[in-house]
Amino acid sequence: MRSKNNGKDFCMFAFPGMFCFFAVVIVPFIYGIYLTLTDWNGVSKEKNFIGLRNFAGVVKDRQFWTSLLLTFKYVILVVVLVNVLAFVIAYLLTRGIKGQNFFRAGFFTPNLIGGIVLGYIWQFVFSRVFVNIGESTGWSLFEASWLSDPTKAFAALVLVSVWQLSGYMILIYVAGFMGLSEDVMEAASIDGASGWVKLKSIIMPLMMSSVTICLFLTLSRAFMVYDVNLSLTAGAPYGTTEMAAMHVYEKAFTSRQFGVGQAEALILFIIVAGISCLQVYLTKRQEVEA
Amino acid sequence: MKQTTIGGNKRKAANFLAVAGLIIIFLVYMFPFIMVVINSLKQKRDIIKSPFSWLYTIKGLSFDNFVKAYTQMDFLNAFKNSLIVTVSATVLVTLLAAMLAYYIVRHNNGISKLTFALMVASMIIPFQAIMIPLVSIYGGTLDILNHRTTLIFMHTGFSMAMSVFMFHGFIKGNVPMALEEAAYIDGCTHSQTFFKIVLPLLKPIISTMVILNSMAFWNDFLLPSLVLSDKKLLTLPLSTYSFYGTYSADYGTIMAGLLLCVAPILILYVALQKQIIGGVVAGAVK
Repeated sequence: MRSKNNGKDFCMFAFPGMFCFFAVVIVPFIYGIYLTLTDWNGVSKEKNFIGLRNFAGVVKDRQFWTSLLLTFKYVILVVVLVNVLAFVIAYLLTRGIKGQNFFRAGFFTPNLIGGIVLGYIWQFVFSRVFVNIGESTGWSLFEASWLSDPTKAFAALVLVSVWQLSGYMILIYVAGFMGLSEDVMEAASIDGASGWVKLKSIIMPLMMSSVTICLFLTLSRAFMVYDVNLSLTAGAPYGTTEMAAMHVYEKAFTSRQFGVGQAEALILFIIVAGISCLQVYLTKRQEVEA
Repeated sequence: MKQTTIGGNKRKAANFLAVAGLIIIFLVYMFPFIMVVINSLKQKRDIIKSPFSWLYTIKGLSFDNFVKAYTQMDFLNAFKNSLIVTVSATVLVTLLAAMLAYYIVRHNNGISKLTFALMVASMIIPFQAIMIPLVSIYGGTLDILNHRTTLIFMHTGFSMAMSVFMFHGFIKGNVPMALEEAAYIDGCTHSQTFFKIVLPLLKPIISTMVILNSMAFWNDFLLPSLVLSDKKLLTLPLSTYSFYGTYSADYGTIMAGLLLCVAPILILYVALQKQIIGGVVAGAVK
């Protein structure tokens, strides 16, 4: 594409895409930083410059820190459980069993469906099906709906997220296992490596690139959980299951404190970006070539 | 794997255990869907009495729930809205991203470099960090919320970075310069070269991006919920949300509504399973 009329090329090929991207992502992002310095309430035409007072508001917003702490707990549980479960299932799936594709496709199904619908499906399961099991068997675990107890509602949220995300990670781990070279595995067997040694010294290092991707995806998704949170528990009971992303939404659009909400959103962004970068840096170092 | 027999009985037993374990895990995974299907045909009394049984119902099974859900959700209208938004945004982002990526690969100038760097960096920004100023700009200053076109435009903008990134990698690795030069010598203009020579070569990555983007657009809730509030414009996830808010105690109808919502994707999934799974893996591994 070497030519004299570069300007025309630019207008035709580059400009439309760039315009969408800048208008929807870059401009609002920068404008968002400015918003944190104003006292805008979402309705009034007036925005007063108030310096860093919104950030002071964030510090005082105890519910934000509670939900942030809860989000950390949630993220750790979800990331660990999703990856362990998906890794094990992918390992079982790639042992050469029949129906591998069928299982893989089945496990992926929850990812095709929006979080809102998934949350409602599980709400029914938790509040009716499990309670019914409790009534007919007398198991105290299912006596009352999990969603009405803060700890159990949190557990329910973790469970549904693990269920939802693991199918996706199974796909990636299966692709990783399929990519393992047969020669290397055979050489290891001939050298007398047992199953456990093979897993620890050969499979794990070679699978690290899949682990990097899966950890990155689960981390960023878990931190930003919103749909399932909204439809499964909506923060109930009494806001005890309100995650950070949902709190930001509530702060801005329900309490109409846009400046504080945006400041919290930015803090959340910095935390997520920092942790994700650190994770990619750390796991990338573990990657090896076969 | 053909060498299953080499390991002998021990290997066979291990494989049997693996399959048995998988089947159990699989049934647990499918359990919520099974519950929805079973209960979508029952009346509320039977659901409360026993969500499991299908045969022993007092009121019997019927499709009444589906009829009710279909009309109450305004299903056809929501489906149409979702379809318009998803198809338009997918076509738009695929085309614009391919063109922009092509420009960036072939023009190694400052604008290209800056745009590409910004796009890669922006992929880490979560939507929540942008939504408030987005509403402030498009709702306040420009006042163009509550239009389908606005939503399509925003979907396009938000998926632009990722799409350009993917197209960029593909074009760099798989589209030879020599082919384009030959086209120029034969007298093709730039746009002819792009649409007739380059675009057909991008087929594999286009199918990946179409699958990833359309799935994301179809299921998205947060962005449409901020943009659309007019009842006539609601997409499927939005109308499910408002439908659930009104009928949450009417379990049978709710289950039928949820099933209606899921059905179109599942049908598509059964038909295009290989492509969808291939696309998702290709998208993630990049």
